[in-house]
Amino acid sequence: MKRTALYDQHVASGARMVEFAGYEMPVQYPLGVMKEHLWVREQAGLFDVSHMGQVILRGDNVKVALESILPVDVLGLAEGTQRYGMFTTADGGITDDLMFANWGADEVFMVVNAGCKEQDFAYLKASLVDCDVEVVEDRSLLAIQGPKARDVFARMVPEAATMTFMQSVKFEWQGIELWVSCSGYTGEDGYEVSVPNDHAEAFANAVLAFDEVEWIGLGARDSLRLEAGLCLYGHDIDTHTTPIEASLNWAIQKVRRLDGDRAGGFPGAELILSQFTDKPAKKRVGFLVDGRAPVREGVDIVDASGDVQGKVTSGGFSPTLSKPIVMAYVATACLDSGAALFASVRGKQIPLNLTAMPFVPSRYYRG
Amino acid sequence: MSTIPENLKYANSHEWVLDNGDGTVTVGITDHAQELLGDVVYVELPEIGAEVVSTEQFSLVESVKAASDIYAPVNGEVIEVNEALNDTPELINDAPYEGAWIAKIKLSDAADLDNLLDAEGYSAIIE
Repeated sequence: MKRTALYDQHVASGARMVEFAGYEMPVQYPLGVMKEHLWVREQAGLFDVSHMGQVILRGDNVKVALESILPVDVLGLAEGTQRYGMFTTADGGITDDLMFANWGADEVFMVVNAGCKEQDFAYLKASLVDCDVEVVEDRSLLAIQGPKARDVFARMVPEAATMTFMQSVKFEWQGIELWVSCSGYTGEDGYEVSVPNDHAEAFANAVLAFDEVEWIGLGARDSLRLEAGLCLYGHDIDTHTTPIEASLNWAIQKVRRLDGDRAGGFPGAELILSQFTDKPAKKRVGFLVDGRAPVREGVDIVDASGDVQGKVTSGGFSPTLSKPIVMAYVATACLDSGAALFASVRGKQIPLNLTAMPFVPSRYYRG
Repeated sequence: MSTIPENLKYANSHEWVLDNGDGTVTVGITDHAQELLGDVVYVELPEIGAEVVSTEQFSLVESVKAASDIYAPVNGEVIEVNEALNDTPELINDAPYEGAWIAKIKLSDAADLDNLLDAEGYSAIIE
């Protein structure tokens, strides 16, 4: 199994290590999932996400080429900013979701999911034929997230204090080049920082030296992203869900939609774009769950007569709301009818209340 | 290290049993069990009057991570449940042997207690 450059530090910090996407990763530290989660909502958490894939794409034509495999506006993205996107199949499914940053006229930096990265790298190399696809192997990726993240990180890198959500900039810290984006996957303000492996431990220690910061494991990362209404690849999105079914319509900018100047031209475009007007049969939605019993991935969603109308793709107890929440795919016709829905758990029907996502308001800093 | 009080008996499946000396027992889950489970967010209590069968599921604890079946350590009838766990399931983590008892069971056969482990025996199986 693979290890990140910070493995020894996690073990020394008392982390419980588990296998995740081929890596031994910290699922929790001695604080435990619940307290780690609440710490991020109140203070600042440090996450090792070095298992994720980092790749730099270079070429005169790189942005045009990327638009041929991404359903999003690449050409219109301002330099020094990043955007969310996804790779799609000819059938409109999703093979991974990702972030990419405009690093200049001929350079794009991309971060992809750990579990998909080898496939993604191969796909990029095969698709961007005239571009250089440089997989970044010598850097770690750390996320600093929470209401105190900005204050803490600005004490290390003062220039980062004024960054707004989705900016992506290179800074120096103690003579080391950091690749910093103002983003994350918790719904909180904060940063994702790519740091050379040789300096990852020193960097992590410098962040942890602030009383406001604690290590946070993958367990709390999952409950935080669920509260933020964010999809987890392989659970809430996969090759059997289109971006529209996944309620990711916002991620496909107008310029790539049917009436746009650069409409279509990516895998699955015909189906995906048609779903803006012809509603798909199922849709990703969020529910608050009655009572306290968590409703988990795989649970059936039924109507009052017991007919299955959908399935939970992510579910758990929300530490912030102190109640269970779920993301699920539900038949669009059933949602439109306003029918009462229930989670079928151990023979009981637990009432569900449809709710807008995010479940917990996001606190991204937009200036 | 987990706490394992000397005055209790234990099942292999990590429940503790307090002999109340009047033909009834109080049952909960051990410190070791709550450590493995992590933060508990929900306890499904058995019904009062339910007949429980030793080694069969009679309650369920949900942590942030997963659901875990709780097995009856003896045969008998549920005569009382700990309603406090409905609102404060985290008692299972905070006070597994004190506030977080799950149910009181009227023994159908007092000899069931002889099948349980003592503190030393339980300590040996969780090492």
